[in-house]
Amino acid sequence: MSKLSLITKGFIKDNPTFVLVLGMCPTLATTTSAMNGLEMGLATMFVLILSNIAISLVAPVVPDKVHIPVYIVVIATFVTVLQLLMQAFVPSVYSTLGLFIPLIVVNCIVLGRAEAYANKHGVLDSALDGLGIGLGFTLSLTVIGIVREILGSGSVFGWKFLPGDGILAFVMAPGAFMVLGYLMVLFNKYLKKE
Amino acid sequence: MAEYLLIIVSAIFVNNILLSQFLGICPFLGVSNKLSTATGMSGAVCFVITLATVVTFLVNKYLLLPFGLEFLQTIAFILVIAALVQTVEIILKKISPSLYQALGIFLPLITTNCAVLGVAITVVTKEFTFGGQAHLLGLGEATVYALATSLGYGLAMILFAGVRERLALNDVPKAFKGLPIALITVSIMAMAFLGFSGIV
Repeated sequence: MSKLSLITKGFIKDNPTFVLVLGMCPTLATTTSAMNGLEMGLATMFVLILSNIAISLVAPVVPDKVHIPVYIVVIATFVTVLQLLMQAFVPSVYSTLGLFIPLIVVNCIVLGRAEAYANKHGVLDSALDGLGIGLGFTLSLTVIGIVREILGSGSVFGWKFLPGDGILAFVMAPGAFMVLGYLMVLFNKYLKKE
Repeated sequence: MAEYLLIIVSAIFVNNILLSQFLGICPFLGVSNKLSTATGMSGAVCFVITLATVVTFLVNKYLLLPFGLEFLQTIAFILVIAALVQTVEIILKKISPSLYQALGIFLPLITTNCAVLGVAITVVTKEFTFGGQAHLLGLGEATVYALATSLGYGLAMILFAGVRERLALNDVPKAFKGLPIALITVSIMAMAFLGFSGIV
């Protein structure tokens, strides 16, 4: 697989949200606005790239029996690094995303890529795979965030262009499920390759 | 006593873990095809969440806090949960083979169920407000919170599995088949649960 297709496969072919259907919890919970979705996507991408690199390096020496716990500790370490960095430099973002930053540890995308890709490929390829899947995840989260923000508060990235308050339900839980459901329908209809 | 009642009602109905906190969605969508598997999964989750919350609460209070190691919370908790799930699996296999048969296949999946880690982190970091004053939960309240939350998980899961069994018999447009229609159904359920907000 060429280097470029490694990076772009996350957008449509291996899109983590609409095709692989992984990491649903942060996808639904943090996309209340376009900005929140984008930030969550970038945070996950940070962990994904670093854990892919580390796991592709340690995979050859880890005994098969304990590989899952080892991977989880590697991922948890990078999540802790991310938590400390965010608390120091962007505390407001950290408090908005809240619980879902530590929960990147149990995001199936990260462990999934470690198991499916990083443990049998080189460092560079694994890093690019992390970047590609991370970009795909960020893109999906941002799109969901944009739709929910337009419907829920009539703005995009905080720029308000519709009068009124919008439909509150779309910022709350039901809207998350509904927007994701309908976007998945559109994705299946127009973008998915059989 | 009133505090416990508040915790229970709020955790099961008002802040339902699946329908308003979005924790543990993957298994919720994954195993809710059949009522029987949904019930089995809910039972296993209920058991593990309650046990894991008690253990991580104690680890946090008597190991991490006294030594100033709060920054290790995420790593420590996930390791405790993984070890606990393994132990429970081994013990169940020996003591109650029938229960192991019922829960067995779901147990390994639970380690990466974010509901478990989510509840464990919530009870040690979030301040709850009762009668105007906010405070962190004690061990008793944390246990009740964990139990009630996991009952809420079971409630939503079993209700949804019932709906989904009916849904499977219907003629759904091709693009809606599978997950999309399931998500839209959950959305309507979440709307119904919004009706509970304001009770507490």
